[in-house]
Amino acid sequence: MAAVQETIDQVRQIDVDQYKYGFETEIEVEKAPKGLSEEIIRFISAKKQEPDWMLEWRLDAYRRWLTMEEPGWARVDYPRIDFNDIYYYAAPKTTSGPKSLDEVDPELLKVYEKLGIPLKEQEILAGVDKPRVAVDAVFDSVSVVTTFKKELAKAGVIFMSISEAVREHPELVKKYLGSVVPTTDNYYATLNSAVFTDGSFVYVPKGVRCPMELSTYFRINEKNTGQFERTLIIADEGAYVSYLEGCTAPQRDENQLHAAVVELVALDDAEIKYSTVQNWYPGDKQGKGGIYNFVTKRGDCRGDRSKISWTQVETGSAITWKYPSCILRGDDSRGEFYSIAVSNGHQQIDSGTKMIHLGKNTSSRIISKGIAAGVSQNTYRGQVSAHRKATNARNFTQCDSLLIGDRCGAHTVPYIEAKNSSAQFEHEATTSKISEDQLFYCLQRGIPEEAAIALIVNGFVKEVIQELPMEFAVEAQKLIGISLEGSVG
Amino acid sequence: MLEIKNLHARIAEDGTEIIRGLNLTVKAGEVAAIMGPNGSGKSTLSYILSGREDYEVTEGEILYNGENILELDPAERAAKGIFLAFQYPVEIPGVATMQFLKVAMNEQRKARGEAELTTPDFMRRVKEAAAELKINPDMLKRPLNVGFSGGEKKRAEILQMALLEPKLCVLDETDSGLDIDALKIVADGVNALKSPDRATIVITHYQRLLDYIVPDTVHVLYKGQIIRTGDKSLALELEANGYADIIGEAA
Ligand SMILES: Nc1ncnc2c1ncn2[C@@H]1O[C@H](COP(=O)(O)OP(=O)(O)OP(=O)(O)O)[C@@H](O)[C@H]1O
Ligand SMILES: [Mg+2]
Repeated sequence: MAAVQETIDQVRQIDVDQYKYGFETEIEVEKAPKGLSEEIIRFISAKKQEPDWMLEWRLDAYRRWLTMEEPGWARVDYPRIDFNDIYYYAAPKTTSGPKSLDEVDPELLKVYEKLGIPLKEQEILAGVDKPRVAVDAVFDSVSVVTTFKKELAKAGVIFMSISEAVREHPELVKKYLGSVVPTTDNYYATLNSAVFTDGSFVYVPKGVRCPMELSTYFRINEKNTGQFERTLIIADEGAYVSYLEGCTAPQRDENQLHAAVVELVALDDAEIKYSTVQNWYPGDKQGKGGIYNFVTKRGDCRGDRSKISWTQVETGSAITWKYPSCILRGDDSRGEFYSIAVSNGHQQIDSGTKMIHLGKNTSSRIISKGIAAGVSQNTYRGQVSAHRKATNARNFTQCDSLLIGDRCGAHTVPYIEAKNSSAQFEHEATTSKISEDQLFYCLQRGIPEEAAIALIVNGFVKEVIQELPMEFAVEAQKLIGISLEGSVG
Repeated sequence: MLEIKNLHARIAEDGTEIIRGLNLTVKAGEVAAIMGPNGSGKSTLSYILSGREDYEVTEGEILYNGENILELDPAERAAKGIFLAFQYPVEIPGVATMQFLKVAMNEQRKARGEAELTTPDFMRRVKEAAAELKINPDMLKRPLNVGFSGGEKKRAEILQMALLEPKLCVLDETDSGLDIDALKIVADGVNALKSPDRATIVITHYQRLLDYIVPDTVHVLYKGQIIRTGDKSLALELEANGYADIIGEAA
């Protein structure tokens, strides 16, 4: 028991203070006054030079939101949020919208460099034969810069901030915004619809395979600022796109709210691969501070033979409330959910997915790997359902939990519902601990405890790591190691 | 190279004494065999040598190249050249054998202040060592020990030993589960590592292995003590007569 005991002791002294991205940047900002009202929403809309229909859409959502109650069913515990104590709009002063890299505040570029996103290099690399990534960077409330825009435009791909898209492609935005996650969907999604500030917009036209990975980095910098980004991705018939989002925030004593909405639409034969590496600040070792991550992500396999795949690596946030889901509407459509959720310290994760089978011969696959350390709570909550008309719906679910120490918890809450008797749903769940034997074996081979834990954990999550775009797989593995760093030595 | 003096050790959890005043000396270049009935403490001794924390040393000392190693953790001992081929090798799901080997080799190098191996250098070493032990390279892509047959596990242990080039090799019943051909291959692997600055402790129940790995000394471990030490003829005597006589004498 001794080595495990030591591990446990060290988990107790977790040092999430090692949070690598916890710096703050001094940048002049422009903020709306604290609190939420129709006036604030009008202010945001005006700042973004939005057309009237967009403003009305927001106001409708806001009025709806006023009638709603914060949900309480998730296995997470936190003091009530005062929604009037939050800034709903903060923008770096020097940028009123996306510009070319040369015009971006060098301070901002430095931030992204620190985060390991060499924006400048990305463009330089453009000429080089190497996997390339187009990046949209969202700083607090606004999108700062979108790289590779011209090249993408050549392929017909639209990749820009959602605010820009509202102005430049209103017909597309009008048609699809809120069509997957309606403004009435849930408390946080409705709030987001009222106040969303920025996010990414992607449209891949018929038959186009997006020539590069698209990526967005979100960063919350300002104090007491909520981040409400909105992302909308549409893959038209036969199109393919792979999209990655990364998230970080500075260390703060107060909790910060992040309530995003992501909508994906895949038409006939289209495929969308959406990957997330989420590393919002998790709070300190006493559980103080950290991001509340209340996110609604949903993909609509609207067309026949369409496919949507979610891959997430969740290591940050004080509280995570997140269920990237797929509506399998088209016949022969397919949904996938691959998840790694690491909780340490006082983190609370309630995450999972929904696979809603509506069309015929639809299939879905769920692989969830939860790792709990410290005094964290890690819950997988998943729903798989087959509609009456969904003949031959198939699902395979595998939920594995790994516990480090004995003060954390892992929970699996599956909801399974088949209204069509031809449905075939399989569910497997395991819970294990890093065994004393495994740890000693690694140590005996000269692998120190911390590296041994990282090695064993990375083995445990391998099936999911394989689903990440290659450039990010290594990063994700390192991140998992860092997130568990406090859990030993 | 190794001097164990009046070693007493117990299970940390419940205080049961397993090793009760054990003395053993193994010189550099020597092959020492340890034999003894089931449950006499052979595996426990190997764990204590390599620093497993489930056991508490209450008395005595272990000197390795003159240094008392009791305060060192298992990884530090490994970096100093102590290697244990496990009686029951442990499965590490999801971690390719190849990857495990690379991490282990590089961690030991790091601990000794040596440069990490380049990938081509690493690959070359693994390929050579695997070929010597007739290990199919495809096996190295599989997660370590997961689904390996008994014999494959034992071979994988010796592969690790060959690559890590330890100074003190402890083989705990490496012969169990091996077919006759595999036994020869593994024995050849062990013999190939023989050198004047390396010592080997072979824990076994059977003379058969000692036909291939010829010991310089043979020790009988019983109830946590070495009750008899001799040369290779002692193993033959045990094979013929069992432990009863020796145990009777000691009692
Ligand atoms: N961690 C432990 N907890 C409880 N009992 C233990 C533990 N470790 C060893 N023992 C006991 O100590 C005794 C010695 O065990 P050990 O495995 O060292 O024997 P061995 O000589 O290697 O036997 P074998 O020849 O069967 O491999 C046994 O009775 C065993 O049950
Ligand atoms: Mg044994």
